[in-house]
Amino acid sequence: MKSKIMSKLLMLKSNPCSPMFIRLFSKSPQCMATHFKFQPETAHLDGETAKMNLFQAVNNALDIALAKDPSAVVFGEDVSFGGVFRCTIGLQEKYGKDRVFNTPLCEQGIAGFGIGLATTGATAIAEIQFGDYILPAFDQICNEAAKFRYRSGNLWECGKLTIRSPISAVGHGALYHSQSPEAFFSHCPGLRIVIPRSPIKAKGLLLSSIRTADPVLFFEPKVLYRSAVEEVPVQDYMLPLSKADIVAEGDDVTLVGWGTQVHVLKEVAEMAQEKLGVKCDVIDLVSILPWDKDTVFNSVKKTGRLLIAHEAPLTSGFGAEVAAAVQEACFLSLEAPIQRVCGFDTPFPHVFEPFYIPDKWRCFDAVNKLVRF
Amino acid sequence: MIVRRLLRSCLTSQFSEVPFATLIKASSISTHDNLGEDRPQFPGSRSQWTEKLEFIQPDIYDGIPVYRVMNTKGQIIDQTQDPQLPEETVVKMYKVMTQLNSMDRIMYESQRQGRISFYMTNFGEEGTHIGSAAALNPKDLIFGQYREAGTLLWRGFSLDQFMNQCYGNCEDLGKGRQMPVHYGSKDLNFVTISSPLGTQMPQASGAAYAFKRQKNGLCVICYFGEGTSSEGDAHAALNFAATLECPVIFFCRNNGYAISTPSREQYKGDGVAGRGPAYGIHTIRVDGNDVFAVYNATKAARDICASENKPVLLEAMTYRLGHHSTSDDSTAYRSVDEVRYWDERDHPIARLKYYLVSKGWWDDAKEKAWKEQNKKEVLQAFARAEKKLKPNWTELFKDVYHEMPQHLREQMKQMQEHVKKYEEHYQVKSFVK
Repeated sequence: MKSKIMSKLLMLKSNPCSPMFIRLFSKSPQCMATHFKFQPETAHLDGETAKMNLFQAVNNALDIALAKDPSAVVFGEDVSFGGVFRCTIGLQEKYGKDRVFNTPLCEQGIAGFGIGLATTGATAIAEIQFGDYILPAFDQICNEAAKFRYRSGNLWECGKLTIRSPISAVGHGALYHSQSPEAFFSHCPGLRIVIPRSPIKAKGLLLSSIRTADPVLFFEPKVLYRSAVEEVPVQDYMLPLSKADIVAEGDDVTLVGWGTQVHVLKEVAEMAQEKLGVKCDVIDLVSILPWDKDTVFNSVKKTGRLLIAHEAPLTSGFGAEVAAAVQEACFLSLEAPIQRVCGFDTPFPHVFEPFYIPDKWRCFDAVNKLVRF
Repeated sequence: MIVRRLLRSCLTSQFSEVPFATLIKASSISTHDNLGEDRPQFPGSRSQWTEKLEFIQPDIYDGIPVYRVMNTKGQIIDQTQDPQLPEETVVKMYKVMTQLNSMDRIMYESQRQGRISFYMTNFGEEGTHIGSAAALNPKDLIFGQYREAGTLLWRGFSLDQFMNQCYGNCEDLGKGRQMPVHYGSKDLNFVTISSPLGTQMPQASGAAYAFKRQKNGLCVICYFGEGTSSEGDAHAALNFAATLECPVIFFCRNNGYAISTPSREQYKGDGVAGRGPAYGIHTIRVDGNDVFAVYNATKAARDICASENKPVLLEAMTYRLGHHSTSDDSTAYRSVDEVRYWDERDHPIARLKYYLVSKGWWDDAKEKAWKEQNKKEVLQAFARAEKKLKPNWTELFKDVYHEMPQHLREQMKQMQEHVKKYEEHYQVKSFVK
């Protein structure tokens, strides 16, 4: 009896997303399990680690950036008290009000203000509360930040600007708390767009983003803030931007995704192995702009079959760019038409979310199509 | 704190005789802890109560007055307002304004002749540029809109540099990337102009915040037109500068027109200055055609920024004598008579000239000599700029990122091969090899 309880408790401790956890602790019948399984990775770094979830990893990166760079400032709506997702918790107390501060409620102002800070050489780390609200800042980001260096003949630039924002599905976010806006910005030369899949990646990529000499949009999958927990190195470390990761290997099918979707695809690869006897390369693009074409091309030249999956709507989603580039570079290697499993071409719905997202069954079905073509 | 102590004391025997009225009076010094009933306590506003239902009429005020120093004949009205600048400075002001005027005439003409693609003149607004630029520290950062070339000329941007940018030739600091008049200079602390209106405004707030943190004693000045003041970015900029306490001068050139849209169709309230106090910003309205008024006001504004780290809103009233740009013919929406009125009755250059002559610092002989020298310098710079080649065309691919990424290297290579193959269809000889 005792050991049964112990083992249940251990299960809960290791996987707060398990259906059992949800059943035991959820009060609302609408509380659903997530559509993915987060499997922690280990960092390939020597040194001390600490258990951190994604928002703690982000917080840690910001703490390090503020500690090491006296010009760095963190600002946005509600960041003073710690932020609506707790990414900035403790920072104002530690670094002071002139370095960590609230701005008025105005995304175009936040972006413009950040650009101005960065042009003087100060490190500007802005937060846009939800990716769904980044659109008022579109002009500043695309017409100004992205073009600042080019249009001035390299006299002026705002490379020290980083804009962080939570994105993607969270289970109940509906139209305006679930969007993945990466495709809009991918069309804008001069920007970098980075999307971490885990706490270890988030910390290293955020530090790289802050320190790189180009303006960066750093989109954090919000559903992972609490649910993704890993042993994250406590030291200052950076991870390469524009380099895709192969998170699982196989010779039969290539699966490409980013952010939350990587975890869905990892599970799809397991299902494909189990049910179809098919082994998949699973690639996390990591960076949407510039994106690592070589890693994807090399994989597709090996497998001949490609599935791209993303939550953002199908039409003109970033999968379209990947598909177009792959068919041009790997045409003769393709054994089947490229599959894209995406959000539908609708706004992001509330109660219909489980039908909207590119879940593991839709992706599995696409893999099936690919191997049976 | 005071009130809490008072209240606590009231509860103890020590001050049991303190009358309630005294408590209220003492505590009204500090409205934060006031628990009395005489003021509203909302976090959003703690002004006054009223039992009268009345709306504030928007036209209750005559409007913020226009500060001036000289009359239209260049005479100082109130001697205490004469900035008493040395001869050298005032002569420089006059020369820079007239050189700007000459450059504008020649460059406008050159567009008409198809030599450059586009141009924007500054006719009538020279006073706003020179008056303000002269009052700043040369290291103060300038964010402009597009009609502030005089500030660059004041700081030492050469005629060659202006024209190289307009021609987009190999010596253009901007490397041929932008349309004419999109100037920029790192050395002269002038951020490169961009076409979208108002975007520079919240950027100016951010830059000023950085300066405040750097404690460098500098300020930022942000120029914009009254049309641009309608953009959302203008509101964002003012609100951020006020709440975050940024040392930035927001300098509005209210010249009466945004292309064809007159100011009466741009706003209903008391211009741009009327909005300043609403944001909690020190505000002044100035005669933009009076160089000394602009100078005095900008200097005073700078002092506020530097000493208090607070923003200032300065609305310079002026008149746009020229067309919006070479793509505009303003006779389509305003009368030639109206333009002539302003040109003849209230021109910043004429007003300063009166002052110069009255001081004995300028005369007909000097005018003649300067006019010739001025014209010669401009024409020579023009001839030099026109002869220069454009930059190497592969500059098209550079500076998008700090380091050229792989996909751009590939695109550049593809285009290089294409141009080699189809060379006769591309004017490669006009570009540096």
